[in-house]
Amino acid sequence: MHEEERLVNVHPPEPLIREGNTYGSVTRKISGAVLTRRTPRGWYIAIAAGFLLVMVLLAAVSYLFVRGVGIWGINIPVGWGFAIVNFVWWIGIGHAGTLISAILLLLHQHWRNAINRFAEAMTLFAVSCAGMFPILHLGRPWLFYWLFPFPDPMSIWPQFRSPLIWDVFAVSTYATISFLFWYVGLVPDLATMRDRAVHLWVKRFYGVIALGWRGSARHWHRYETAYLLLAGLATPLVVSVHSVVSFDFAVGIIPGWHSTIFPPYFVAGAIYSGFAMVLTLVIPVRAMYGLQDFITARHMDYMARVMLATGLIVAYGYVMEAFFSWYSGSPYERYMMVNRSFGPYAPVYWMLILCNIVLPQLLWIRKVRLNMPALFVLAIIVNVGMWLERFVIVITSLHRDFLPSSWGMYYPTIWDWATFTGSIGLFIALMFLFVRLLPMISMFELRQLLPWPSGNGNGQKGGGA
Amino acid sequence: MNAKGKEPLDLEVVRAKLAAAGGRSYWRSLEELAGTDAFDEMLHREFPRHASEWSGALDRRSFLKLMAASLALAGLSSCATQPEEKIVPYVRTPEELVPGKPLYFATAHVHDGYAVGTLVRSDMGRPTKIEGNPAHPSSLGATDAAIQASILTMYDPDRSRTVTYRGAIRPWEAFVNDLIPALGAQNMMQGSGVRILSGSVTSPTLAAQLRILLARYPRAKWHRYQPVTHDAEREGAILAFGEHVDTLLHFDRADVVVSFDADVLNAGPRAVRHQHDFADRRRIMGGRMDMNRLYVLESSPTVTGTMADHRLPVRSMDLAACVGYVASALGVPGAEPASVGEHHRAWLDAMIRDLRSRGGQSIVVAGDSQPATVHALVHGINRQLGSSGRTITYINPVEADPVQQVDSIRDLVADMNGGSVQLLLILGGNPVFDAPADLGFAGAMNLVDLRVRLGLYEDETSSLCHWHLPETHPLEAWSDARAADGTATIMQPLIAPLYNGKSAHEVMELFLGSGGRTSYDAVRAYWQGQRGGAGFEEFWTKSLNEGLVEGSASESRNVAYAGSRISGPPQREGLEVVLRPDPTIGDGRYANNGWLQELPKPITKITWDNAVLMSLATAARLGVTNEDVVQVRAGDRSVEGPVFIVPGHAHESLTLHFGYGRTRTGRVGEGAGFNVYPLRTSTAMTCIAGAEVTRTGRRSTLAVTQEHQAMEGRSPARAGRLDEYLAHPGAGEASEPPPGESLYPGVEYAGNAWGMAIDLNSCTGCAACTIACQSENNIPIVGKEGVTRNREMHWLRVDQYFEGDLDNPQILSQPVACQHCENAPCEIVCPVGATVHDHEGLNVMVYNRCVGTRYCSNNCPYKVRRFNFLEYNGSDDPVAKMRQNPDVTVRSRGVMEKCTYCLQRISHARIDAKKEDRPIRDGDIVTACQAACPSQAIMFGDVNDTTSRVRRWKDEPRSYGLLAELNTRPRTSYLARLRNPNPEIHETTA
Repeated sequence: MHEEERLVNVHPPEPLIREGNTYGSVTRKISGAVLTRRTPRGWYIAIAAGFLLVMVLLAAVSYLFVRGVGIWGINIPVGWGFAIVNFVWWIGIGHAGTLISAILLLLHQHWRNAINRFAEAMTLFAVSCAGMFPILHLGRPWLFYWLFPFPDPMSIWPQFRSPLIWDVFAVSTYATISFLFWYVGLVPDLATMRDRAVHLWVKRFYGVIALGWRGSARHWHRYETAYLLLAGLATPLVVSVHSVVSFDFAVGIIPGWHSTIFPPYFVAGAIYSGFAMVLTLVIPVRAMYGLQDFITARHMDYMARVMLATGLIVAYGYVMEAFFSWYSGSPYERYMMVNRSFGPYAPVYWMLILCNIVLPQLLWIRKVRLNMPALFVLAIIVNVGMWLERFVIVITSLHRDFLPSSWGMYYPTIWDWATFTGSIGLFIALMFLFVRLLPMISMFELRQLLPWPSGNGNGQKGGGA
Repeated sequence: MNAKGKEPLDLEVVRAKLAAAGGRSYWRSLEELAGTDAFDEMLHREFPRHASEWSGALDRRSFLKLMAASLALAGLSSCATQPEEKIVPYVRTPEELVPGKPLYFATAHVHDGYAVGTLVRSDMGRPTKIEGNPAHPSSLGATDAAIQASILTMYDPDRSRTVTYRGAIRPWEAFVNDLIPALGAQNMMQGSGVRILSGSVTSPTLAAQLRILLARYPRAKWHRYQPVTHDAEREGAILAFGEHVDTLLHFDRADVVVSFDADVLNAGPRAVRHQHDFADRRRIMGGRMDMNRLYVLESSPTVTGTMADHRLPVRSMDLAACVGYVASALGVPGAEPASVGEHHRAWLDAMIRDLRSRGGQSIVVAGDSQPATVHALVHGINRQLGSSGRTITYINPVEADPVQQVDSIRDLVADMNGGSVQLLLILGGNPVFDAPADLGFAGAMNLVDLRVRLGLYEDETSSLCHWHLPETHPLEAWSDARAADGTATIMQPLIAPLYNGKSAHEVMELFLGSGGRTSYDAVRAYWQGQRGGAGFEEFWTKSLNEGLVEGSASESRNVAYAGSRISGPPQREGLEVVLRPDPTIGDGRYANNGWLQELPKPITKITWDNAVLMSLATAARLGVTNEDVVQVRAGDRSVEGPVFIVPGHAHESLTLHFGYGRTRTGRVGEGAGFNVYPLRTSTAMTCIAGAEVTRTGRRSTLAVTQEHQAMEGRSPARAGRLDEYLAHPGAGEASEPPPGESLYPGVEYAGNAWGMAIDLNSCTGCAACTIACQSENNIPIVGKEGVTRNREMHWLRVDQYFEGDLDNPQILSQPVACQHCENAPCEIVCPVGATVHDHEGLNVMVYNRCVGTRYCSNNCPYKVRRFNFLEYNGSDDPVAKMRQNPDVTVRSRGVMEKCTYCLQRISHARIDAKKEDRPIRDGDIVTACQAACPSQAIMFGDVNDTTSRVRRWKDEPRSYGLLAELNTRPRTSYLARLRNPNPEIHETTA
């Protein structure tokens, strides 16, 4: 066994599951976090904070519906403000999940098995937060369904040339596939939960959502096929969703928006921020629930490396933006870059460069990658940086476009901040409810990472190959 | 009811209250109406919970609650069943009235006494829009912003609605009962205690009434005062000619115009006409090669200054020296040589040579800020140049019995302080707010036994008077007035008084003891006296129909220049303060007019505020910057206001606009800006020397619609020199990019293709178009906070750009509305197809379809789209709703809107053409902005029609499309501004 493991994992020094774990211990520890373990104090703190912010969100949204979007700081020329910044930011964060689940699955990156469930849940909740904003930001939000091609009695269709319509399809498809992928992946584990639950109603709860999974060979066969197909479906979405979101800007004619580099640059940014968010969440939860056995330093190392790589692509995007604004020869494009770097929002731009390019270079150092507090802080910094990037793209491009006479400034109001922090609260609340109610690590997939049973693997029930 | 607590009803009181309430008001019992104690007691017994809401001081919250409840109940009353009285069905319509079809009536707008003829549109009995009267000499079909906005004042819910006695509501009869004994007492003293205060009066009827009154009470006095007194102009004429004459300027005949601090194109009763005539001489079109040349010397940039070919910022006080220099150089008799700076001398010498070479085809004019001696010298200059009688004519004063108004009000205050005034009638005006501060008008007025005020609003003056009488708006009452050239207009009402107002004529009739006579009777009787006889009915109908009395213009007359020794006042050093009326709300009278409050002021683009305007160098010396609140002190008087730096302002000079700082006017105007009148004394009405400025350390936000007035190396507004243009007319086209390709197939517009052209050479930036558009298209206002957040709703804005030297920049004005791009960037991004193209090439908004993503606005390179961020049209006031143009949808919250090229007017023209089975003719469609424009800078029509004027404008070599390099193919095009500089000045100083 030792020989074999060494052959498989020659390169990384640390195993994906810490030594000494068995099928039984994996299942016990992960399901136990939900079923038997005392809920850690950190969870209560987190859910309380999340709940509080959800209340803030409710208040902000209620007031928004009563008064109108004028409660925000948006204006003419800056027609889009925090709502769209937040939308793009959350959608970007949502990218890590699908990337980890689908692309890494297809690429046989087995280390993903420890974090895919978590990342997929995060995707789902991030997409929920994102999906809220395009509706909230409408002047007449009660008419949001006009963006869907439904059989209108007047035979009026959406205007299919508008990137916002592409958005509707891209985001709703993404949300659907992400949910299916996550749920299908959950089914075998739900059965495990059902089987291990002690309390009757808990049993019934998991029983219903486990959809009658019994772990038969036929089940497994169908499961594998479905999962692989969904992974195949989800893979193009990783690229398409944020490309389409980037079209919202790239199709526009505003300097700072009208740019062909946007699709790849947005996708890279999305993955960047997605991984940063996974790290932001995993590091505290891992400590809270003592999951160091399964989410090992090696996982952290890998995620940090993905961040570093995508961060460099993003940096390349920034450089190209600057270069082409000069190379275009257009006075508007050139001014856009000058304004970005030295205009009234210049501090935001330089903060973004600091957060997204300069500081993440620390990830080249292995010690930083393996130092959890440092990694956590860096992940937060990247999250902030990516939010600032969207702010720069949306607001600094709009606030000074072609005619100097219509230039203006955008100042967020308290309601902008309330909606934004409220959405973070919603995300935290959903995330910690998930951690409390569902197995946050895929038990059966993690068990696949264990070496073949060597005697003491008889404690498992329900799932298993 | 409890008989014990019930006191007998005083039916007199009840009747009085009923008369005062007017209109449809409901009461539950006569007791309630009388406000007796018994009713209050019953209220406490029957509705104990609500009793406290009825009486006692209201706090803000409960007031709002009550307001909401009463509004809701007011709505319920409209759901009531038919009234009990017999009603008559609409079987026989009034003559000419076709439902849905507007009628136009000729009348006039009166500002400071002078009339500008108007045509008012009436939709089923509601006046909705004011246009200029093409036949009227002061209008020629155009209007200014204040005229356009006056319709909003008429519908203002804050206007005073009832007669009040010391603030308490009283019936008109109670006032009559109070007045008769007082007048009776005066009768015995030959009216020695009667004083009447009005502004300048040109109304022949009112003047006749006043003269009768003065004849009946020989010792009564009629005083005149308005903040813009024109005293210097009157006195200047007397100094120059020994008698009072009015001067008429004919810009259509002038090759060279020199203005000394005179905003002739935007202020005064003939500004609309001036713009028209001035623009006529600048229209380089269809082969015309020559244009006039304008020199402006002024302290603060004005609309006239922006049009200048040569503009020299000079302190207002130093202008006298410049005028003296010009006068003595031209050999004006009596002019003393004055010394001017080296730089100014070269400039002035070149100007003088230019003036001399024109052989009298020139106009020199001095502004209100200049003292009488300067006005007199200018008369001398004009005479010396030979322009008197050619470009400048003189007429007998149009104003009835003109007086020096500052002297007039000073006499009044002296009489009041002397205790010799028992009855004071104030017709209009607002002297408590705007009288010269050193006179102490309010204190003196309080010594008068009976103070009666007729006014549109219960304002500062009303609050100190015994009786306040609600005045009719000029659109509500019969009257008459004369234009600046003497032409009389009989003004007819468009609507019965909304709030039981009384006109000045009716009040005068009351004073004359014939209280039953209406304004109509008075006006008609006057004209019957003038043009009586057999043909009177014909005369009357014709005059009303045309909007002016034929042949009533004053004859021009000869005057003899006295040529006495006159010199300008000595130059004074130190910081000067120039006091001017506000460019939008005037002397404060329009303070409650939201359109004018929110109209960006020319040059500064400030809304809802006034400011201490100064040059960059002065601000630097004082160590202040924009929005710093400073104290401006002159002697022991001071005011505090925020600083605003204006490029092109003269150094060591401050400009303060008076009219702001109203404390009692209505919900719109109260609390806006700061009051400048405390600085204005009877000895220094327009210019104060030796002011001091100190910082207060506070800051005050100014709502500015255009924060950026540099072009940043771009060329949205283009300008060139006339000589270069004539040498190479097509030079501008070379910089124009070839039309680019589009991904989408092109569209052929076979029928009509509407387009607009705007001539920047004519546009003065006066912004009449903005208000005309606001009035026509039901555009809401958003308030100061809304403007601060860049949410103003004007579909048509006037951009102003400064170019060149910060101390004396070129100022360009450019009206920008939706450009109706053929490749409209807004259309492809709208997810619901709420903005689309129609078959005639208009970019139209489908309000009902708009969900409010604002993507269209983001993608609009011109940023002309406007969004209803909040519910701006939510007013439930039924009167305010009457103002709306019924042809234009009122937009709700969350919907995008923008210029439609006045689609409703296109539709009207199309329907008319179809009925007559003919194509739409060029000129059938006049957009609201085009109609209002005094300088006729806007042209609209069919660009497919090769003979249309708009097409000819667009074919001019100086036509260009705004941001055409983006391949938006805008339907609106601009004609580049041309300057006609004096080659000598260009070589020496530019």
